[in-house]
Amino acid sequence: MPLELKMPALSPTMEEGTLAKWLVKEGDSVSSGDILAEIETDKATMEFEAVDEGTIAKILVPEGSDGVKVGTPIAVLAGEGEDASAVPAAAPAAAPAKEEAKAPEPAPPAKGGGETPAAPAAPAAPAPKADTGDRIKASPLARRLAEAQGIDLSSLTGSGPGGRIVRADLGDKAGGAAKPAAAATSAPTAAPAPAAAPVQPFETDIPHEAVKLSNMRKTIARRLTESKQQIPHIYLTVDVRLDALLKLRGELNAGLASRGVKLSVNDMLIKALALSLIEVPECNVSFAGDTLIKYSRADISVAVSIPGGLITPIIAGADSKAISAISKEMGDLAGRAKEGKLQPHEYQGGTASLSNMGMFGIKQFEAVINPPQAMIMAIGAGEKRPYVIDDSLQIASIMSATGSFDHRAIDGADGARLMKAFKELCESPLGLVA
Amino acid sequence: MADAYDLIVLGSGPGGYVAAIRASQLGLKTAIVERESLGGICLNWGCIPTKALLRSAEVLHNMKHADAYGLSASEPKADLAKVVARSRGVAKQLNQGVTGLMKKNKIAVHMGVGEITAPGKMKVTGADGKAAELSARHIIVATGARARELPFAKADGERVWTYRHAMTPKEMPTELLVIGSGAIGIEFASFYNDLGAKVTVVEMLDRIVPVEDSEISAQLAKSLTKQGMTLLTGAGVESLSSDGKGVAAKIKTADGKVAEQRFSHCIVAVGIVPNTENIGLEKLGIKTTKGHIDTDAMCRTNVAGISAIGDVTAPPWLAHKASHEGIIAVEAIAQALGNKDVHPHAMDVRNIPGCTYCHPQVASVGLTEAKAKEAGHEVKVGKFPFIGNGKAIALGEVEGFIKTVFDAKTGELLGAHMIGAEVTELIQGYTVGKQAELVETDFINTVYPHPTLSEMMHESVLAAYGRVLHI
Repeated sequence: MPLELKMPALSPTMEEGTLAKWLVKEGDSVSSGDILAEIETDKATMEFEAVDEGTIAKILVPEGSDGVKVGTPIAVLAGEGEDASAVPAAAPAAAPAKEEAKAPEPAPPAKGGGETPAAPAAPAAPAPKADTGDRIKASPLARRLAEAQGIDLSSLTGSGPGGRIVRADLGDKAGGAAKPAAAATSAPTAAPAPAAAPVQPFETDIPHEAVKLSNMRKTIARRLTESKQQIPHIYLTVDVRLDALLKLRGELNAGLASRGVKLSVNDMLIKALALSLIEVPECNVSFAGDTLIKYSRADISVAVSIPGGLITPIIAGADSKAISAISKEMGDLAGRAKEGKLQPHEYQGGTASLSNMGMFGIKQFEAVINPPQAMIMAIGAGEKRPYVIDDSLQIASIMSATGSFDHRAIDGADGARLMKAFKELCESPLGLVA
Repeated sequence: MADAYDLIVLGSGPGGYVAAIRASQLGLKTAIVERESLGGICLNWGCIPTKALLRSAEVLHNMKHADAYGLSASEPKADLAKVVARSRGVAKQLNQGVTGLMKKNKIAVHMGVGEITAPGKMKVTGADGKAAELSARHIIVATGARARELPFAKADGERVWTYRHAMTPKEMPTELLVIGSGAIGIEFASFYNDLGAKVTVVEMLDRIVPVEDSEISAQLAKSLTKQGMTLLTGAGVESLSSDGKGVAAKIKTADGKVAEQRFSHCIVAVGIVPNTENIGLEKLGIKTTKGHIDTDAMCRTNVAGISAIGDVTAPPWLAHKASHEGIIAVEAIAQALGNKDVHPHAMDVRNIPGCTYCHPQVASVGLTEAKAKEAGHEVKVGKFPFIGNGKAIALGEVEGFIKTVFDAKTGELLGAHMIGAEVTELIQGYTVGKQAELVETDFINTVYPHPTLSEMMHESVLAAYGRVLHI
């Protein structure tokens, strides 16, 4: 029996993706492990591998189609000896992707309920997400609202009985009054399937170009909005004297030059943050509704600017890695991030983040927390500043670092202890290599 | 040495005594302070004894209509003294019930007038004038409210009554003036009307039971008028004077004319005022709005260690709201004291039902159709009449209807509005649905037992979605 190849869920949060490129064509024979296509998700471009062997009998979704829902048949694979033409006429090959997206019919309407003139937008049951396994606990109303606003329920924490997601968790306004779509749910949260009507035409007389949002941009918009709306941020800033750290870096790099390793200040700061989090475990946490998750390992997400957006590859267990190892890993991750080739596990997770804008000469800034993490360290430029040392005004290399903390999970005093630990590790940097 | 508690509850109405029981369940050492009778107004002078009175009126009403059921009852008459005695007996039974509950839960009862002297400190002055000092880590103010009086119509208990006098009449009013058509006014109007008084209701707004959906007001006005009541809406009482024989009221009617009318008695039911005086609130700087104490979602006031619940706080002023707040307040306190197993949950006022026990009964939850539209909802409205329901016909209760208001986009039940027999017992079905955030499909897919009045709840939802079966 020919096999339908379906749009894979390449990450836990993926609901749809862009079929960027087919690497096979109809009639090609493939074997397990062959790369069939490149699929762009909200975070990265990933390769879709064949699991079974056979012949590509038909390609159902042409390359370049975006908004292809997870689970949508995208191609048909005929097994050995099978007549590729015996493929069930799934859909005319030329059908545009949008039509395809509808192909997997939802559960049949409830008996007798089919004629309900009501709620045309609401199928009898919300389409269950592929492969997530766990049932999401949510009230019927929360499901409806999430669907209407394009909110992924799995990204929410429920405050209802037994962790059930209720209306309030969707950040719905008190009255829940249905406002015109644009006002209530502007682009960041919404941006549902492109098949849907355009969000709201933006009108301006100023000469301009309208650029369609990439999946990554939509995700950034949604997550940052969620973070700023849901997490009460508290910001704590310290000035860090870098002279000792810069000196140590020079010495280490001189010693490591033969091994082709060159440590950056950032590599050392990753280590310093990781060690600080272990020293002040109150800040190495996630706020999860009615529980607090306390991590016993520091996985540092490092913000990397890439074309068209930003991604945060993770140095897992940075607290126990040598700075040289961090440096090497960071180089590899950043390189692949820029090519859009990171695997989901390489950028999803992390217990805290580090964002460094020093190279742009930014003196100091406050970063937005990357949920479900509870802190992010924002690093400004290291620069020579007048500095009081031993009661006299001298010149020193100073860097301002600002931690943003989720105040639901972290008290100000604990945040301050983390900043103190970080400052001390940077100013007495032998602790980083010990 | 002052008695030291974890919690002192000031006031033992349905808010206070429920809070005390919950506190005891959670292991808090709890005291309750009451100046009059355990159970408060609700149980002694409000909800419960009025239901006893209204039940007598209902039985009388049914006896008078016995013929319609193929029965005969010779000249049914009300013996007012016995009707009142029954009502007092019911209140007494429940009052003793609360006393038993306090004992069972090991709650210390201090009878006397309580005053908060400082956060965590309360002075209780007993009837004998002796004062005791109590202390606690937390205090809940649950002092309730009393009837609002009209400046020109001081209730004297002789001819001019508040609800409290109306509950224990010494004589049967012949011509009764009821000022105010909220739940309390309409219930007494209905009771005395059933007992044979000639009742006139004066309401300032343009319809009776003005908080209800306008279709409910219209249906109730129709039913009460049919029962012989005079309803003056858009009208006001300009002045009132009473003498030994009755009261004379100058009533300005909707057309602007002022005329004096005489009545045997008058009931003033124009709302409530919170009991916030002489309990130490001003000294502590506790914030209020229009006299009612401001609280947050966990019933905490602006002063640490002091919470407030029930009628002394913001509306709706209903016993079940007070009880629920009592639970929330206590659980929040227990949590603050370190109990990790409680998860207090803020109440949503849109999910608090309201009931009026006139004849026919009125019950509702959530937004009226007008309020829903005002809030920007696109609505779907369903209505189903009692006359289309088999059980209602068998009961001989064919007056009334059930109306449901849904959000057309989300299927959320925004409001439900009922008038007719036993609707106060039905509203809970919709309330559970609202609390659980069910949508129209859930109500439609639920199986309703036959033959019951609850089938109308199904039909009303079906009607909202163009699928009504029995009309």
